[in-house]
Amino acid sequence: MTAIPIGKRSKKAPASDKTKAERKLGLMLCAPAVVAMLLVTVYPILYAVALSVQKVDLRFPEESGFVGLANYKAVLTSDLWWQGVFNTSLIAVVSVSIELVLGMGLALVMHRAIFGRGVVRTAVLIPYGVVTVVAAFAWFFAFDPSSGFVNNLPFVPDDKAWFGGHNSSLSVIIMAEVWKTTPFMGLLLLAGLATIDEGLYEAARVDGATAWQRFWRITLPLLKPALLVALLFRTLDAFRVFDSIFVMTRGAQDTESVSILGYNQLISRLNLGLGSAVSVLIFVLVLLIAFVFVRILGTSNPASQGERS
Amino acid sequence: MRFVTSLPGYPALMLRGIVIALSLAATALVLAACGSGASSNARVTLTWFIFNEPSGGPQKVAKRCSEQSNGAYEIKFEYLPSQADQQREQLVRRLGAEDDSLDLLGMDVVWTGEFANAGWLAPVPEKTARVVSDQVFDSVLQTARFEDRLYTIPIWSNTQFLWYRKDRTPTPPKTWDEMIDEAEKLGPSKGRIQVQANRYEGLVVLVNQLIESAGTSILAAPKEIDLQREPTERALGILGRLSRSPIAASNITTSTEDTARLGFESGNSAFMINYSFVYPSAKANAPKIFEQMRAAKYPQVDPSIPSKPPIGGINIGVSAYSKHQQEAFAATECLVKPDNQLEIAKLGGLPPVRADIYDRPEIQDAYPGFAEIVRESIKDAAPRPSQSPAYQDLSLAISRAVHPTTAIDPKNLGAAYDKLRDAVQKAIDRKGLL
Repeated sequence: MTAIPIGKRSKKAPASDKTKAERKLGLMLCAPAVVAMLLVTVYPILYAVALSVQKVDLRFPEESGFVGLANYKAVLTSDLWWQGVFNTSLIAVVSVSIELVLGMGLALVMHRAIFGRGVVRTAVLIPYGVVTVVAAFAWFFAFDPSSGFVNNLPFVPDDKAWFGGHNSSLSVIIMAEVWKTTPFMGLLLLAGLATIDEGLYEAARVDGATAWQRFWRITLPLLKPALLVALLFRTLDAFRVFDSIFVMTRGAQDTESVSILGYNQLISRLNLGLGSAVSVLIFVLVLLIAFVFVRILGTSNPASQGERS
Repeated sequence: MRFVTSLPGYPALMLRGIVIALSLAATALVLAACGSGASSNARVTLTWFIFNEPSGGPQKVAKRCSEQSNGAYEIKFEYLPSQADQQREQLVRRLGAEDDSLDLLGMDVVWTGEFANAGWLAPVPEKTARVVSDQVFDSVLQTARFEDRLYTIPIWSNTQFLWYRKDRTPTPPKTWDEMIDEAEKLGPSKGRIQVQANRYEGLVVLVNQLIESAGTSILAAPKEIDLQREPTERALGILGRLSRSPIAASNITTSTEDTARLGFESGNSAFMINYSFVYPSAKANAPKIFEQMRAAKYPQVDPSIPSKPPIGGINIGVSAYSKHQQEAFAATECLVKPDNQLEIAKLGGLPPVRADIYDRPEIQDAYPGFAEIVRESIKDAAPRPSQSPAYQDLSLAISRAVHPTTAIDPKNLGAAYDKLRDAVQKAIDRKGLL
């Protein structure tokens, strides 16, 4: 924490006219942003909560009314919801783990690259610049038996229907996610690496530490804040996975994520009550994940550490 | 205006002058708007939201109608995405927000019930209804009605055929069982059968047509299940037998209209259930196969019951929020005139909805040698259970219940039947997640 919150300082000492005026100006300058944030985030969230306790179906306008927690009960007692939560968690855990390992490798390469540093960094970042839907289509067409090259590779059966089975579909979805977001992970870790003092490595080398020891004893502990930020961001992102699944399987072969379930209720069925209950539950799960990361895994506040790194 | 005049740095008088000038300008604008609305010879712009049909047929007839309207209206296009569910998504978002910029809606045949019940469609006036339903196939009109009232105006139809290779089977099989037998004789390198069985709308079409062809229906009424056990099990049995046979496409559980087309064009198939777009496609991509390609009517399930091919196409709805409904209905009357339907058929191969058009010789240009099959197919077609406003629930539930079709065990059809029936019941009740 480098900045002291304004509120705390004002309690300690009575502010002068000048600081008062500055604070007023500061508040006025913030106000438009705060209002915009309230309009675009708080209002929809509250609206979703309000919808989730009502029976609202655009196709049956005459049937609306307050139903209390019935929508939540319908969601939480549904096998589909729990299958969705399981799939989403599986995708999140597996893809983020792979991304972490690969991203760390990329970050080290980008950090240590002696020549062509700019080219290496740009090349690594390309997948992250591709729109998710486009990336998902690219992977879909690559693995689709009628258009893809994957089935022409050695050791792959020519007529393997990748999206015809649960495990193979999930694998391709996870691969696409990993390909797409590893650069982001790498970038965040690279920012963390840049803050580590070179002197520490030199000292360790003088003391005869091996490369592995230097990585394990210096890099990892000092990288922890950046690591936590990267993991938090990626896990939250991965938990809302939608595009890849929507493009590749539409949720067939039991590959539905919770977001796909929300889409089905909201957009396909126009059942705004039930769909909003799904959305609110996803929101609660995301909050829980953030809470776990911030409170249990991190002894320090990862957000502020992230700012510094 | 108090806060305006109290702003520092601006003389109050000047501000007042500006305010007066602005109000005068606004009044003038309002008056001008009223004037144009009241005059009878102003041209109304009608906006037609529809996907960009690649042949340009709809654009051509819309231009023709705009010219023939003597300045009453001009039809302008706003294009929707090419996939039906994405088209629906965009329309629904605008209609849900009561957007008045939509006048004419290019609607898939299965949306009528849901759009009408939501109050998004202006019912077709009596006079227009008489004109636009003249000579139209009953099967098509069923898709345009909701609760015995006409809500949309059919402009073109569509249906599936049994496409077969004349060099591999000189006479097309009559039933699904015959077709699978023949295919198995030809073997997986020459005799594959291409269908649509991914978990999506195409699978609902396949299941619905099998059930209808077996002699029963999914729904008896919008909230009443039909699904007689014996014929439904028979239909599911065919689906299971086909999916588990070596002559099914290797990607059957992810197959769509497009994978079926590609599979047929690759040469390993003898049969395909698909729409007419595959014909020009084969001509361009696989000319040798195209020479052998013939169309027959959709296969039967029961040899004693005529088959019930699927029905697709576009019906035009007039938005309940449109400010120009009168002109919009006048425009639809023009758009679906026989000559215009014929034009759309000739340009894009989209089948007319009027039966009498199939008597005209020009129709042979659109469907060389199989115009009669097109007519018979649409005449006998059975719509999906879209009389229910909750059709999307049904569609999700049905595709979920039968997918993957390879899991349907022809020796234990009771289980598959119970699963389907439960899913349909749940969808009718609209309870729980889907």
